[in-house]
Amino acid sequence: MYIIVVGAGKVGWNLARELLEKNHEVTVIESDRRRYLTVEQELEHNVSYGDASELWVLERAGIQRADMVIAVTGDDEDNMLICQVAREKYNVERIIARVNNPRNREHFDLLGVKPSVSATDLILRLLEHEVPEYGLVHLLDLQEEQLEIIEMLLGKESRVTGRRVGDLSMPEGSLLISVLRGGKGFVPGPETVLEEGDEVLAVLDPGREDDLKELFGPAAGGNGAG
Amino acid sequence: MFILIVGCGRVGSSVARTMLQEGHDVSCLDEDPESHARLEVGLEKGWEDLGGQFTVGTGLETDALIAAGIEKADAFIASTDGDNTNIVIAQIAQRRYHVPTVIARILDPLRAEWYRRQGLHTICPTRVAIDMLENAVREGAQRDGGQPDGSVEAA
Repeated sequence: MYIIVVGAGKVGWNLARELLEKNHEVTVIESDRRRYLTVEQELEHNVSYGDASELWVLERAGIQRADMVIAVTGDDEDNMLICQVAREKYNVERIIARVNNPRNREHFDLLGVKPSVSATDLILRLLEHEVPEYGLVHLLDLQEEQLEIIEMLLGKESRVTGRRVGDLSMPEGSLLISVLRGGKGFVPGPETVLEEGDEVLAVLDPGREDDLKELFGPAAGGNGAG
Repeated sequence: MFILIVGCGRVGSSVARTMLQEGHDVSCLDEDPESHARLEVGLEKGWEDLGGQFTVGTGLETDALIAAGIEKADAFIASTDGDNTNIVIAQIAQRRYHVPTVIARILDPLRAEWYRRQGLHTICPTRVAIDMLENAVREGAQRDGGQPDGSVEAA
């Protein structure tokens, strides 16, 4: 595959190195002269000097024949624009954009720049997974397909412990698909009684997390009453 | 008309002043609070006293855009010092907020031309300067009766 990486910062440089090791053809484009000279000592002809938001710089790097463009500069506007141009003007099939400020992700989506990757978001996801009291863990997020799978740990205070699954009024657009108990998973039936320590998996439409938290979370006031 | 101008540099502030004086409602958004001073150059009264609005923030911040009034804007001008910023925020104004008139200043002629063909109203000062320079040279050459290579046309 021929891959153009824009931005030779830590992310871009390491990415290029890994891709080269996997025998891909790579060109890294870097606009800072000093950074370019540093990276060029290792990557040699695989790095090119210039501002990749200028179309002729992309063309000089051979964007017309690129299979993939990865924009990982420290500037969200640059990453958005470079990927938009790569896809819409040069018909590059695959793009990946780095999101520096997670708040900008909606702009990436608006401009059709997908997928976009945010290190901050990834770390937040990990944090959710590592810190159970956070309540709700995203196991799978399929943005395009509008589908999410989440996991919730039922604490002592949960409104649903001791209740039959059949009695739960699951919010519309959500479905309980699995219960993990004592290290084993099973598909719950209407007669299944939920216990403290159960990890329940649910599939849901995006935006339904709060409804589920409400249902499965601790009772208001923390008095444990269902 | 309610006009929102993002980027209050020499161009943005000048357009803002003119539009205000022509009786429009004008709101400016700039990340640099100091740029407010540029709005008041040559004015007898303060910018706000004359009915102008000024918000500190960037065109990528939803809160700032809304505070600056993008939801009721009839026209949106992207005139920051960054081409890519202008291209991105102009598309946000167009696609998310459906502002009827959106204009982006883009210095790079190639990017300006391509985005113009994608349906964005772009103004490229560099292109204007290039055209003017080329015409000035042509006119000079014609006046002197010279050919581009310096030879003189036969009568």
